[in-house]
Amino acid sequence: MGDVISNAWLIPVMPFLAFALIGLLLHRWPKMSAVVSISAIGASFLLSLLVASKVFSGDPGSIYEMSVRWLEMPGLKVDMGILIDPLAAVMLLVVTTVALLVQVYSLGYMEGDPGLASYFAYQSIFAGSMLGLVVANNFGQIFVFWELVGMCSYLLIGFWFGRPSARDAAIKAFVTNRIGDFGFLLGILFLAIIFGTLNFSDLSARIPEYHNLTVLLPIAVLLFFGPVGKSAQFPLHVWLPDAMEGPTPVSALIHAATMVAAGVYLIARAFFIFSQVPQAMLLIALVGGFTALFAASIALVQNDIKRILAYSTLSQLGYMIMAMGVGAMTAGMFHLMTHAFFKGLLFLAAGSVIHALHGEQDIWKMGGLAKKMPITTWTFVIGALALAGVPPLAGFWSKDEILLGAFAGGFTGLYLLGSLVAFMTAFYMFRLIFTAFFGINNGGEHAHESPPVMTGPLIVLAILSAVAGFVGSPWMGNAFGHYISAPGALHHPANPSIMVVSSLLALAGIGLAWLIYQKQVVPAEKLRLRWSAMHQLLLNKYYIDEFYAWLRKVLVESGARALEWIDLKIVNGAVNGLAYLTQSSGRGLRYAVNGQVQTYAIWVIFGVAVLLAAVLMTVFTGMV
Amino acid sequence: MIGLNHYLLLGTALFGIGLYGVFAKRNAIGLLMSIELMLNAVNINFVAINRFLQPGAATGQLFAIFVIVVAAAEVAVGLALIISIYRQRQSVDINDFNLMKW
Repeated sequence: MGDVISNAWLIPVMPFLAFALIGLLLHRWPKMSAVVSISAIGASFLLSLLVASKVFSGDPGSIYEMSVRWLEMPGLKVDMGILIDPLAAVMLLVVTTVALLVQVYSLGYMEGDPGLASYFAYQSIFAGSMLGLVVANNFGQIFVFWELVGMCSYLLIGFWFGRPSARDAAIKAFVTNRIGDFGFLLGILFLAIIFGTLNFSDLSARIPEYHNLTVLLPIAVLLFFGPVGKSAQFPLHVWLPDAMEGPTPVSALIHAATMVAAGVYLIARAFFIFSQVPQAMLLIALVGGFTALFAASIALVQNDIKRILAYSTLSQLGYMIMAMGVGAMTAGMFHLMTHAFFKGLLFLAAGSVIHALHGEQDIWKMGGLAKKMPITTWTFVIGALALAGVPPLAGFWSKDEILLGAFAGGFTGLYLLGSLVAFMTAFYMFRLIFTAFFGINNGGEHAHESPPVMTGPLIVLAILSAVAGFVGSPWMGNAFGHYISAPGALHHPANPSIMVVSSLLALAGIGLAWLIYQKQVVPAEKLRLRWSAMHQLLLNKYYIDEFYAWLRKVLVESGARALEWIDLKIVNGAVNGLAYLTQSSGRGLRYAVNGQVQTYAIWVIFGVAVLLAAVLMTVFTGMV
Repeated sequence: MIGLNHYLLLGTALFGIGLYGVFAKRNAIGLLMSIELMLNAVNINFVAINRFLQPGAATGQLFAIFVIVVAAAEVAVGLALIISIYRQRQSVDINDFNLMKW
């Protein structure tokens, strides 16, 4: 492929340069830092556009790869390189688009924050790490950037580190991710041991011929640990809702383009491994499906606008992972793309609301915002409709493809589960909308529309949320699926009945929310009291956090206690015992040392006499 | 007829007396004298063995003279030490010389 693509390595490098520039020189000038950061990501965006146009005008199977040796040791060679194929090109576009819009939006949202320069520095390195991960051509490089993404999320979630909750959330995100990354690293090391290479092209050529499932299964499961942590799948999902503690644009970035997308992208990138192991695929599908339902049910009762969105992200990520698991890798990536647009939009719009209400996040204290903030409201509604899967918005096409993949792949249970989740999604999103933006409350009467620097990105994302789905629609010949595919990925012809059913379910969810929260046909309060036990369970997120806290208490504290006992009694006891032994034997033996030379002389003579007697005995008995 | 055995017995007896003195005496000067006895017992042995077994050579007698010289030097040093200790502690009882005891 052409010259533009050979410059693709500049895409991740640009934001890194911006980070270095801000960190080293410009940190005293926040405005300047913002300009540098936004121009860098803008340049990456333009380059990505060029690269993508080149890739999507070419042959679907063609790839461009370039690398330099990074480290070499016996049995393992790791490169740093770029791999540009349609999959990477799509991700580059998505990441740069969302990151650019988020940074522009941050100009308005973060205005006047004392840490603005470091905020933009973190944003730059976050975007750069994610882009480096996207273009990586081997597992070693992907792991390096994977960890960098984790570190950046730590920095940004804990950006307002003056607040203890932000600090805790940052640590929680980091630690939870470490658990997943540990498995991921083990998987990578196994690959390195068995195949001696981490390069995607080499591995994808060799793995289909490697039929030893007893080896591939643990590798696939360990590799899946990474996405479970990064893409916040059950049981490592706990960090994502707490990641709300960061500034809202950061949440948008984490939820849409970077961080959580990395896990799904990794599965797509390493699909040639997973698709060889049916058991691992089943596990992936089940984890994804369970997370989708589990998170959607929690989202039904949450009261914090960002928390509802966070659980919906969990649920949608579950969808994507489930799509990967049922073999519909194309559908999963498609949903990742459309989700990036509408979830970025929803978070930025929520940020706009929070900004207007001076930090208020409880949806019951909002209400009537539609009149005061029309742009925010209607872009939010577009995002919610797209998320709910109402045709012809983006979410409809991608969600439909996932449901189709599950149904046609023979996973009827997962198809039903996915449909139920689609219904719940529509319901909780419109519960939020009717309560916060329309509704009978009037908490938002002093709100005002956000400045154009914030509404601009909202409008762009709203347009993308509306139209991005068409690239995967039959009207454009399923262009997305034409380019994004992998060996083992399944494609199914569109099924109109699934489309109709999922649309009807989405509309039914919206209608139910309208009846309960707008028309108050059945007051929400009454429902809450009717199922109060259920409500409590969901409101407390199935007590998973409490369970983990208890688990930590049991495992860590009892482990620590046992180790403390060993340290005090056995290690310390051995040292002290040795000292006591020396001391007491010394105390006993010192009576032999009385300082009288004569006593010593007697002992010497006695010894000589004994030796002499012994010698004489042997001499005489020898003679006898 | 007095033979070698008589001299050796005399030497052994003298050595034994000296040894006893070294063990039992508490007076430092007595100790020195006992050591002197043991040295002289050895001298008797040297001279007697020389006389009876190697009459032509004078090795043993020469050794005896060496021992006498060394013993004289030893007594000189020993007495000097004892006087020095006596000035410090007004005693020549070796039970009092226990500074190095624990």
